Amino acid sequence: MKYEISFLLNNDKVTVEVDPVWTLLYTLREVFGLTGTKEGCGYGECGACTVIIDGQAVNSCIFPILEVEGRHVTTIEGVASKDGTMHPLQKAFVNEGAIQCGFCTPGMIMSAKALLDAKENPTEDEIKDAIEGNLCRCTGYVRIIDAIKSVSKGR
Amino acid sequence: MDNFTIVGQKIPKIDAPVKATGDALYIQDIKVSGMLHGKILYSKYPHARILKLDTSKAETLPGVRAVVTAADMPPNFRIGVMKDNPPLKSGKTKSIRDEIAAVAAISTEVAEEALSLIEVEYEELPGIFDPIEAMQEGATLIHEEVKSNILKMPWKLVCGDVETAKKDSAHIVEDTFSTQWVTHCCMGTSGCIAQLDASNNLTLYSNTQIPSLAQNDFIEALNAFGYKNRRVRIIQSVIGGGFGSKLDTYAYEYIAILLAIKTRKPVKIIFSREEEFFATSPRQCTITKISQGCDKEGRLTFREIEMILDNGAYTSWGATTPSVMMLPISSLYKVPNIKYVAKCVYTNNTYCQAMRGYGNPQATFAIESSLDQLAEKAGIDPLEFRIRNSNEPGEITPQRFKITSCGMKECIDEVAKRLAWKTKKEHKGNRGVGIASLIHVGGGARVYKSDGCGTIIKMDDFGKVDVFTGASDIGQGSDTVIAQIVAEVLGIPIEDVNVVNNDTDICPWDVGVHASRTTFVAGNAALGAAKKIREQILEAAGKLLEEEPSFLDIKNSIIYSTKDKEKSTPLGKALRKIHYTLGGKMLMAEYFYDPANENFDREFKGNLSVSYAYGAHGVEVEVDKETGQVKILNYIAAHDVGKPINPLLLEGQIYGGGLQGIGYALGEKMIYKNGRLMNGNFLDYKMPTVKDVPPVQAVIVETDEKDGPFGAKGIGEPGLVPTAPAIANAIYDAVGVRIKDLPITPEKILKALKEKQGRT
Repeated sequence: MKYEISFLLNNDKVTVEVDPVWTLLYTLREVFGLTGTKEGCGYGECGACTVIIDGQAVNSCIFPILEVEGRHVTTIEGVASKDGTMHPLQKAFVNEGAIQCGFCTPGMIMSAKALLDAKENPTEDEIKDAIEGNLCRCTGYVRIIDAIKSVSKGR
Repeated sequence: MDNFTIVGQKIPKIDAPVKATGDALYIQDIKVSGMLHGKILYSKYPHARILKLDTSKAETLPGVRAVVTAADMPPNFRIGVMKDNPPLKSGKTKSIRDEIAAVAAISTEVAEEALSLIEVEYEELPGIFDPIEAMQEGATLIHEEVKSNILKMPWKLVCGDVETAKKDSAHIVEDTFSTQWVTHCCMGTSGCIAQLDASNNLTLYSNTQIPSLAQNDFIEALNAFGYKNRRVRIIQSVIGGGFGSKLDTYAYEYIAILLAIKTRKPVKIIFSREEEFFATSPRQCTITKISQGCDKEGRLTFREIEMILDNGAYTSWGATTPSVMMLPISSLYKVPNIKYVAKCVYTNNTYCQAMRGYGNPQATFAIESSLDQLAEKAGIDPLEFRIRNSNEPGEITPQRFKITSCGMKECIDEVAKRLAWKTKKEHKGNRGVGIASLIHVGGGARVYKSDGCGTIIKMDDFGKVDVFTGASDIGQGSDTVIAQIVAEVLGIPIEDVNVVNNDTDICPWDVGVHASRTTFVAGNAALGAAKKIREQILEAAGKLLEEEPSFLDIKNSIIYSTKDKEKSTPLGKALRKIHYTLGGKMLMAEYFYDPANENFDREFKGNLSVSYAYGAHGVEVEVDKETGQVKILNYIAAHDVGKPINPLLLEGQIYGGGLQGIGYALGEKMIYKNGRLMNGNFLDYKMPTVKDVPPVQAVIVETDEKDGPFGAKGIGEPGLVPTAPAIANAIYDAVGVRIKDLPITPEKILKALKEKQGRT
């Protein structure tokens, strides 16, 4: 059986018919064609699928689609300005060398954004807490921490 | 760096913006019209006879378009280094990842349901999961037709006279070290889309790191399928990590091709994370018996190693890693007498493959752990011991490697200084320091007949360039390095360089991303092509400006005379004039660079690489004697990489490699129990998270490599090579126990501490 749900997706109001077994990740990728959100494991352990729902970083691969009704979902595609200018976090990831293969990058940026939206000047430990669930095999995380720090206010 | 404006600078990766915005398309993100989805059924048992395989129910499931088994593959078609691996298995299965059937369906869900409808009856057979058991006389043969479980790949290196050297040594140590299976953990899993056209030419969308060699493999496959003399085009997606995992072609790719043939539709196979864990090929585990000796002054006299490698049930490049292990075994430090014998042994375990370092980390773990034991026996400080035996420029090693640039001593010095070695060495408590060094190929590696890479450069009418390279960017940043080199030579901004690297129809040949060769080999190829086109530009501009080309230079996209300031023209304008004049031309240049390195001879000797990369890692640890936990207090990774082309990317390789090394040393292990993987997920497999990052310094030690592009050497693999022994040595220094079996877990430390207490 299909259900119709409505939610805010990257600030656009969307209404979509979904199967209740779908995850948010599946719906984003297969229905909306938003492939910036990645599936790294499919069971909530790697963070590649991280999106922000009402300010919280969430693993979209284990998030049931029906739970999204009425909520505000932001994906990596909704992070840059409407004119295409990259968000300061995206610029920092580029400029600080925080990106290698890049598969973890969208999820990593979403986790970092949720943190910085809630707290402008986090400590290094808070940064590490925020991205602990985001696995990266290439960078050794050093430059990722640097990039997030560089965007923190007052640095 | 002298007078360069782009080379030597910390320039962000040119492919980073599309990755930061989510626009980069990985294999998971690519769709082809009419595409079906393939899934593979694997053996239920690591060793079993297939008594019955019934696909009829699966075939009738709505949405299923094809079900294939070994019967659909060309008879006797085998893949892999030893051609011992049929992409679909029949008769007997030999490992838990044996592919026995596959489905193409309208969705992944339908394909998975169809797999569950395939009925298989097995007779489970006793398996062999221990290489030593597999080597015994009368052991069950994994491949009956081969007659032995020991691979016919006899690795043996002899230099000098080890027996005499033993007699003449003042101190000798002997011990056994072992290493575990670890897996690449690419964040983007393996996958492909196979598509055939009406004439049975194949397009394969792929995340391979060997497009040209893969093309060759699939041409052979099409031949086997009866499609003779067809074309194969490999289109690479953005690659979500490689680390050696994509250095071969695999059963799933041939299965996708078979399904595409059966359905006449494009077929996409993407590995789930679970498959990525158990059905890709990890770093091989090793058992290494090592003996080393030195004279009274602490100069190394010999090194003798016997090694056993668990090959698993089939053969990929993992079986050839002893060739690279020979490099540290013969040439890490000055050792005049060498003996090395390695055996790769078939078992019913997973089969192994290249992984960053290609055997070097396993060999270096044994060598550098043993070296500390020897230094202790000789009564010499381990760091001083290493300096005394350090490699030097101009040396020719026993395996006939010609050492050109060598910053090994400088790397050790950096470690000593930054770790405050002397002070820390005296300070005890539960803290300790350790060091280990590395040698690796830094100027290509001639493992095939060619070690080459081609590059084509095309100028447009506006002063911008397209660079077509054979080199693949797997995240390491080769595109950026190539763009920097071309921009520097042509005097244009890096934004004006577009690097095309992902299509065998367009890009020239390259042997693949391996052996840390891309900056060196692809960089030199790009340099050669850029110099050629620069000459063409200046020649033509000389006519336009009525100036000798030798007096012309290009800066900021302006061609100008160094003699006469009046004579100048924007590069774009000059190119348009050259193009649009009657009898005009488009400016293009190609260059194929194949380094002057040597294949090994029959005795495995020869100058494998044009240059060698060096490094030393130093670490300070604190060991909790109650819990066995190891805390890294400080980590120094010093690397001699020639002249850095991009320090930002270079340090990224060192940080990334270093943390992979720390995972290898302290936590990562694929736990196989009777041929089955027990921890094939990110919950149970301890890949390092951000919480595992210690205070780390990446130190670049500059040397000038005369053959390198702008003096550069390779850095892709070295970052993780000496990590495990440096940590093991530091733990020994801290609490006096030496863990000889990776990973170094708290349980092993506690057990060793307990045993040590019992002894004293």
